[in-house]
Amino acid sequence: MAEAIVFWTLAVLILGLGIAVISARSAVHSVLFLVVNFLLVAVLYVTLNAEFVAVIQVLVYAGGIVVLYLFVVMLVNLKKAPERYADPRRVPWTGTLLAGAVLAEVIAIGVYSTVSSDGAAATGGGLGADTPFSDCGSLVSCNTEQLGWVLYTSYLIPFELASMLLLVAMIGAIVLAKRHL
Amino acid sequence: MLETIVVPLAKIVVLLNAVLVAVTFLVLMERKVIAWAQSRLGPMRVGPYGILQAIADPIKLILKEDITPRKADKYVFTLAPIMSLVPALVVFAVVPFGPDPFYYLSDINVGLLFIISVTSIGVYGIILGGWASNSKYPLLASLRASAQLISYEIAVTMTLVSVILTTGTLSLVGIVEAQREGGLWFAFVQPVALMLVFIGGLAETNRAPFDLPEAETELTGGFHTEYSGMRFSLFFLAEYANMIVISAIVVIMFFGGWLQPFPNVPALAFLGFVPPWIWFIGKIFLFLYVFIWIRATLPRYRYDQLMALGWKVLIPVAIGNLVVTGILKVAL
Repeated sequence: MAEAIVFWTLAVLILGLGIAVISARSAVHSVLFLVVNFLLVAVLYVTLNAEFVAVIQVLVYAGGIVVLYLFVVMLVNLKKAPERYADPRRVPWTGTLLAGAVLAEVIAIGVYSTVSSDGAAATGGGLGADTPFSDCGSLVSCNTEQLGWVLYTSYLIPFELASMLLLVAMIGAIVLAKRHL
Repeated sequence: MLETIVVPLAKIVVLLNAVLVAVTFLVLMERKVIAWAQSRLGPMRVGPYGILQAIADPIKLILKEDITPRKADKYVFTLAPIMSLVPALVVFAVVPFGPDPFYYLSDINVGLLFIISVTSIGVYGIILGGWASNSKYPLLASLRASAQLISYEIAVTMTLVSVILTTGTLSLVGIVEAQREGGLWFAFVQPVALMLVFIGGLAETNRAPFDLPEAETELTGGFHTEYSGMRFSLFFLAEYANMIVISAIVVIMFFGGWLQPFPNVPALAFLGFVPPWIWFIGKIFLFLYVFIWIRATLPRYRYDQLMALGWKVLIPVAIGNLVVTGILKVAL
């Protein structure tokens, strides 16, 4: 019961802040709402006993990426809201298509997870009883050790692929910024 | 009821008050030490040897007029000092002052990461304070601050990873216990990491020689130029609380936290009569003294030198230290 109250409060706050992010007049206020939003998502992770993910959420998103957002927004210094679209009849096709694709994806995930409720365990993704670090002494949970174990065993290839992707993005950024290396 | 609510609440009250009182006396200590370094006496008027200056200063700051510039963004201007101070105080939730649960509020599995992530939130106070003032010097200072803090955070975090590699735990209590079992402080195991964390810590707390965000001579006080009264003193409190946090991290990670010096040497076992929390606080104040000593000694860096030091020296050395630690960990 208490869990449900916490979850729904958090859910309402997170969604409300999400709306505040896109409706705030000042870009800096938007970024601030985004920070609070990320912090609340971190709280949601804590209620799921995923402390490591929660802390990384705060460290990477709230503490790192949004600081860079703020840096850019401050340099641009948008005090006024941008002008309205010139032609109200014009439909932004790209946006509509992207929104449709995301909606379809969300529906697909929902349908898939209700059809095969034990799907995660069947595909080998879940934590089995045979994983090490199931006992962590006096500490509340040993989420970090388990996550590390899963990342370097079951999910090794996706993990390495993600790191390659980041490396490519980093090299791309350097090449774009520096024409003559 | 008593165990889950009353005891932690009492601890929180004691801890917060202790930190804030420590901060006021730290300011006095700084003024005295710098005065001695410059052959002066420092504050001498209030109380014997000026000790009560630590109480007179906060009273003055609380009673001062609190001005908000007319063109400032009011909400953000009010929020910025709070966002700067609160993370610095929240960190103390996981700092262990002694071996058993009586001496700390909580021992979480991700203690070290918790400290790093919470302190990274503190940057917002400085950035937003400078922006919301709607004034040119604070804005320049806050741009400097954000670039500086992000650069040095990378180096410090990467260095702390190499310490985590040697212990295999992120829990602060676990890290100190590992030093007790090994019989050796990590200062001797990871000397390069110690230097990196200390230099990065100086930069992250905006202390001299890295105090560019508040460089008086170029930016008239930097991000807090437009602040006055209690809001200014919140920034002030945050800076000194962050100094205590960095000292606590250095002591826990490299100098055995609450352990007495050389806990494995039987000839020094008599040092055990001093309670562990006194060792811990004593070590913290030793590092606070070093912070002040450095401020009295070194001139300020130029901005490009600061960024060059961060990106071209500290980060490569941190990566190198991490690789060497990893190789040694596998080889030994």
